[in-house]
Formats: sequence, structure tokens, C-alpha cells
Amino acid sequence: MRSLLLPEFTISRSEECDVCRACEHQCPFGAHTYDASNDKMLSDSRRCVGCQRCAVFCPKGAIEIRPAPSFYRPNASWSRERIEDIKRQAETGGVILTGCGSDKPFRIYWDHMLLNASQVTNPSIDPLREPMELRTFLGSKPERILLSSDTDTGTDPFLMLETPVLFSAMSYGAISYNAFQALAIAASRSGTFFNTGEGGMPSEMRSKFKKHAIVQVASGRFGIDAEYLNCAAAVEIKIGQGAKPGIGGHLPGEKVSQHVAATRMIPEGTDAISPAPHHDIYSIEDLEMLISAIKEVTNYEKPVIVKVAAVHNISAIASGIVRAGADILAIDGVRGGTGAAPKVIRDNVGIPIELAISSVDRRLRDEGIRERCSIIAGGGIRCSADVVKAIALGADAVYIGTAALIAMGCTLCQRCYTGRCSWGICTQDPGLVRRLNVEEAAQRLVNLLSAWSHEIKEMLGGMGINAIESLRGNRDQLRGIGLYEWELDVLGIKGAGE
Amino acid sequence: MDFESREVVMSVRRQKLYSKEISACSIFGAMSRAGERFTGERVIQAMAGMHHRGNGLGGGFAAYGIYPEFRDYYAFHLMFTGDSRAQREAKRRAEEFLFRSFDVVHDEEIPHSDVCVRDPPLLWRYFLSPSKHGEDVHLSDDEYVVRKVIHVNSAIDNAYIFSSGKNMGCFKGVGYPEEIGRYFMLERLYRGYLWTAHGRFPTNSQAWWGGAHPFGLLDTTVVHNGEISSYGTNRWYLEMRGYKCTLHTDTEVLAYAADLLMRRHDLPLELVAKILAPPVWDSIDRMDAAERRLLTALRRVYAPLLMNGPFAVIVAQSGRMIGLTDRIRLRPLTVATRGDMFYISSEEASVRRISPTLDSVWSPRGGEPVVCELEGMFERGLEHEIAVTA
Repeated sequence: MRSLLLPEFTISRSEECDVCRACEHQCPFGAHTYDASNDKMLSDSRRCVGCQRCAVFCPKGAIEIRPAPSFYRPNASWSRERIEDIKRQAETGGVILTGCGSDKPFRIYWDHMLLNASQVTNPSIDPLREPMELRTFLGSKPERILLSSDTDTGTDPFLMLETPVLFSAMSYGAISYNAFQALAIAASRSGTFFNTGEGGMPSEMRSKFKKHAIVQVASGRFGIDAEYLNCAAAVEIKIGQGAKPGIGGHLPGEKVSQHVAATRMIPEGTDAISPAPHHDIYSIEDLEMLISAIKEVTNYEKPVIVKVAAVHNISAIASGIVRAGADILAIDGVRGGTGAAPKVIRDNVGIPIELAISSVDRRLRDEGIRERCSIIAGGGIRCSADVVKAIALGADAVYIGTAALIAMGCTLCQRCYTGRCSWGICTQDPGLVRRLNVEEAAQRLVNLLSAWSHEIKEMLGGMGINAIESLRGNRDQLRGIGLYEWELDVLGIKGAGE
Repeated sequence: MDFESREVVMSVRRQKLYSKEISACSIFGAMSRAGERFTGERVIQAMAGMHHRGNGLGGGFAAYGIYPEFRDYYAFHLMFTGDSRAQREAKRRAEEFLFRSFDVVHDEEIPHSDVCVRDPPLLWRYFLSPSKHGEDVHLSDDEYVVRKVIHVNSAIDNAYIFSSGKNMGCFKGVGYPEEIGRYFMLERLYRGYLWTAHGRFPTNSQAWWGGAHPFGLLDTTVVHNGEISSYGTNRWYLEMRGYKCTLHTDTEVLAYAADLLMRRHDLPLELVAKILAPPVWDSIDRMDAAERRLLTALRRVYAPLLMNGPFAVIVAQSGRMIGLTDRIRLRPLTVATRGDMFYISSEEASVRRISPTLDSVWSPRGGEPVVCELEGMFERGLEHEIAVTA
């Protein structure tokens, strides 16, 4: 069936082009082809996904990718997206898939909150001259410390981070081996943690990165055995993720290479389907049993994280999870990324993480159980200011996924689900995987965390705070701007000028 | 609910989330280690020497050992604010509650002179012992008193218990400290072995009597120079444990933190200082394993009680006085001794004003507590070899 979709991008090529064919090699979607009869490069705009790989790698800088000028007659009700989604479904009869986080213009509350700074009465602190501490502990905290002269039973297990940013779950299989390794290396060099996602951890990486790994237990139970659970600093039970609350995962068989298959403990080339429900969790009591089982297997030495998507009743859900024994609660907001999700789910289910953190933090405080659990917020963290605002709203630390991918080269072309990632990040194609240099990607990630850490220190210093723990839940340091009363109320902050 | 009334409700609710006033001030403490009692005259003089550090919007004193005839009873100082009708109503409601919860052996208006001070509220004091009923019989006397104090301060409009310890009392109000001292006639009516005092320079404040220092709960009082930028974090941690911050000042959290750590959690003073103003991680990482483990556990468990921002405080309790600055020492604190007298002050000059000759004068390092205790009163323990169980 001929596609009736308009091309999204146009490819223009200047006279600088010397027909080196680099663009042809760079584009895994076949947008560039060589015309031998005329010794010229040809372009097929319909194939272009806007990944910008060819433009970046053109030695002559001769290629420019722009949004296509073609458009449908403007119609406030029938946007181009709505028209094309219908055309697409009329052509395929299927669910529309997409990758990355939602690109819908939900209100980004980070951009409607302003931070405080000290002036005169309370001196700001210069982080270049005074100590500024970002060390963060995640895990259940006892109500109090008991002193005794003859016993020392230690405290509950915890994670220690040198900066309050972790890499969120991105599984081997969804992302490439090189990207997976880069995250692990960067986490260990930066004193933080990466998350294996649901795809298990390749055996050769286990001993090297166990101190900086969070291993995930998702409904598919891929790659899970006692050794895997013990080759980590913490174990995360994944109930949901922000991009697709209530929806499971699906790794197509094309991405299940021999190594991925071995890691996941599934046959090569088979689809890896993890359903939305864990088929041993149909109640909060069941969750409690799984948490207990994991703690038993790991000798009570590792904190257990429970990850959920931010949904309408998130504060009550969070309360149940804490009471079920989770040491850390990870909440993923509506802008959380993904390798593949039904577009209709990604763009219509969940709530922004800013509102979720605030309501969960308040609920746990009201119930007096906030210290029994740490909160990691994810799904829409774009910069260091977002980190600071998340912590001021009540999070202990944040997960970054999309930002980490962007640091490695991702341009958010949203075609992760095709497995043809031109940047070598979200693919298992050996030729494409090779494009991502592990060491270089790791260094970019380390640099990103380093840069954000410096910026966080500057912001803390401006507030007259020299330890990040004094920012947690410190909503005095935030003011809302351009928000309705109900939004200020849910966020628990005053308006600017108040 | 229509949109407008919903907005009003939410606005009020949000206002209640947090609200503090900002202050920076002068502090002073004087203690006779031998327990000799002296009048407030010299303390007032010392505070007058730091007149410029306040702006007339708050002054106050805490004095220990001043009620020997009622030493076994909790001495409650209450203020009833508002117009005279509101004051009477607040007094009626507070007394109804107090008389139901305590045996009151004596009560009277707190004596005051005719020194001109701004908007004095009705000030009353009660000497009482707990009269516990029902589930409360299982509570210790101190815990019972704390709960009742918090109840009055948060639930009865215009009534504030600003002093609640035994054989001690707070005297505070809106004015320069020397005016407040004379207003309460501290130089004539009271003799104590330990005095602390405060002159206030609020930069962002409603000047109200409850907001003046000292802040106290039971016999722990705090005078403070500085601003707590961790207020929001400190406050929610304390509120989870039943403390209600009703006095709109960041210093309040210091008083409650001291009560939580020292009374409820029974932590020694050295560790309390390490919680409020902990060593930096660079220092902790260089310590030996046992010490590193202890301090890491303290910072992990009590992270929300780390007091950030500039501060110098004097915490007083029956029999001891503690001076402490923030860990990077952003506010001044001077310590001096002369004979059995021990002084802590924002300025050396104010000490020399009342004791021109001193045996020793020094400035403690950031985060290092200075402690003065009554001779022979305490057995100090748990200083070394502390292990952690949690």
C-alpha cells in the first residue's frame, strides 16, 4: 500500500558535496543513496527520521536536515499529527509505536518554579572556597541512633552517591552493549549508580561493576538468578515506567542477539515480552512478599527499590509500597523515556513527576514514614536546576535516562523502537553499535555529571546551603510563577513574591 | 466549593505549610560554674553594650535557678496576645486546658515595671505538676508537658507558652534587650546561676512578642544569631515527630531539635553538636574506621537536622550552657572565663563591659561546641568508644 504520509523532513545538499558517500553509510534508514550513473548522491526525504547523523558526519558540512515545509491546511482540531496518525493506522491496522519520552506540551512545572538566593541577611556560600557537599544516601533510615558500648549491629543497607543523580533503567537489549557499558563505567567513575533495566547483566561485567549497579527485577524476570541479584548494590522491582504506565515491555526478536539472549536467558531471536503485571503480584501483600524474598536472597545487605510510574493516586500507592518494606521508591513521571511504547499510552497516561514528588513526599510525611524510604524522581529531568527543584520538592535523588542518552549522542529522533539507531545507542546491529565508542561515551557522561554537580553546588551556595541534605523537602527555597492556585497547592509552594 | 473560596482555602493551607521570620542578632550567656546565683543586672549591661546589634524589635532573657521555692514544679510562662478581649478569651481557654491537665499550685501575672515597651501582651505564669489521665499516665512527666505545650501553642489562638522548665524562666518581648530586662525587673526580682540573653535584628519580621528569643521547651532554651537556610527540611523532620512550629521563626527548630536529640533520643552533647553542625565529608573520610562509621551513621540518620546557613547559638539547660556555631563559622562567637564565671557572647567587648579582666578569651572553631557545666553536677559519659545500633 502506498503511504499517504507527507515527509517530515527535507534533506538539502550543497555544492560542497564531493560524493564521499559518508551520508549513505551513516544513514541506517536509507535516506541517502548513491547514483552511480550520474556519480551523485540522491536523497529520499520520506525515509529521513531527523536523527541528524548525516549532517554531523558530512566531512564537508554539505547536508542540512530541516522540517519539511509541506503542510496540511491549518485546522485547530485536526493537527498534522492527528491526520498522519490516522493515515498511518489506516495503512497498518496496528498500534502506533514510538520511542523516547512524550513530546506533548504538558506544563513543565520545573519551568514554573524559581529558586531562592541569599541576599545580605544570610550570606551565600562560594563553592570554590567553601566545602559544598552533594553526598547523598539512599535507603531506609532508622528512627534514631542507639548508642551502646558493646554492640554494633550496623544500620540498614544503603546506597551512597557522590552526586544526587543516577542513571535510570535502560536494559541491555533495548540499548547497545556499548551504551550499556558506557553507563556502567561512568557510574563507577562518578560515584553513582547505573541500572541494568530488565535485561539482566552480562556475566563479564558483573564483578567489575557490581558496586555501582542496580539490578532490575521486572515482570519478564529476564536474566534473574541469585548471582545476578547479588552482583549489585541494590535491587529494583519494576512495576511501571513513566512512558507507559500499565503497559509491559516488548523487545522484538530482531534485537535479541546471541549475547542479549544469553544475558536474558531466553532463546536467540525470540521476542522478549514482559507483561505489565507481575504474575506473582496482585496486591500490596504480594509485593511485600517479593521484597522479602529478594532481601532473603541478598542476605539483607542490599536496599530494595520499587519503581512505579507517576499516576493519579500515586501518594496512596507510595504509602503502600513503603509499608510493604521498600527501602527506596523510584517514581517515573509522564515525560519518562522508553525504547518503545504505544504512542497513545505515552502521550495520555500518567502525571508530571513534579506533582508526583510533591504529593508523595507530603503524604509520607503526614503519615510519619518519610524516613523509612528514599525517593528517586525520574521522567523529565533535563538539567541541574531540575535536579535541585526535585530535591527541594522532596526527592532524595533523581534518575536520568534521556539526558544520559543525549550526552552520548542521542538526538531524540524517536525511532528507538526500529532498532536502527544511527548513533549506536538503541540498536543491536553490530555495525551501528560500533559507532558508539565506549570510552568516549563514558567520558561524556562523566562530564555531564561533573558539570551538573558544579552547577548544583553553585545553586546551593546561592541559597546559603552547603549540604544537599538540607535542601531535601525545603520548599521554602521554591516559588511558583504562572501557576494556578491548585497547582501551587499540589506543589506545596508559595507563589513568587509571597 | 466555588473557585474563589477554593483559592482562599488553598492559599491559607499553603501559608500554613511553612512561614518563618528571618533574624540576625546579638547573643550572650553568663554562668557561674559554682552555682552562685546573681541578678540580671550585669547581663542587661552586657546586652546594652551590643545595642547596635539589635534594632529594637526583640529582646529576651532565660534565667536558671530563679524559682527555688517552686523548684519541683514546671514553671509555665504564658503570653496572651491580641486586644484585651482576645487576651481574656485566650487566657480563659488556656486556663481551662491547663487546669484540666495539671495541678496548679500557684499562678500570677508576671511582674513588670512601667518601662515603655511596645504592645505588651498579658503575661502570666503558672507553677504546676502534671495531672495525667487515661493513656497519658504512661508518659514521662517531661513528655507529657511537651505535648501539652505544643497543644496550647498550636490549638489555642493568641495563647503561647514561651517557657516551660523547672526552676527557670524566659522573659522576652518587643524592644531592645535592656528595655525588656528592665520591663521584667530582672535586675531586682530574680537571681539565677545561668543567664542567656538575646538582642534581635529581624530584617523581615512582624515584631511580635512570641517571636523574640529565647525559644524554649522544658528547660532547654535557645538564643540564636543567624538564619537557618535548612529551615524547611528541619521543620518537616521535626513535625513528623510531633513538634509543631508555630512561632514563625527559624530558631524554633533549634530548640525542638535539641529537645528531640538530647531528651527523647538521649544523645550526648558531643554527638548533638555533630548532628547540628557536622564535620565535612572530607574530614570524616580521613577519620579512623570507628569514628568514620559513627559520623556517617549520624549524618545519614539525622541528615534533616543538619542546621545549614549561618548561626551562632547558645543552648542552655539546667546546669549547663553550650555555645555552637555553624560548621563554616559564618557568625561570631567569643568565649571567656573569669574565676568561676563562664561567658559566651557575640562580642568580647560586651563581656569586658561587665568583667574588664578576664582569665581567658577565645573563639571556638566552626562546629565545635563549647560547654560549661555546673561543677560536680554531671557525670560525663559516652565520650569515647561509641558504637552504633540502629
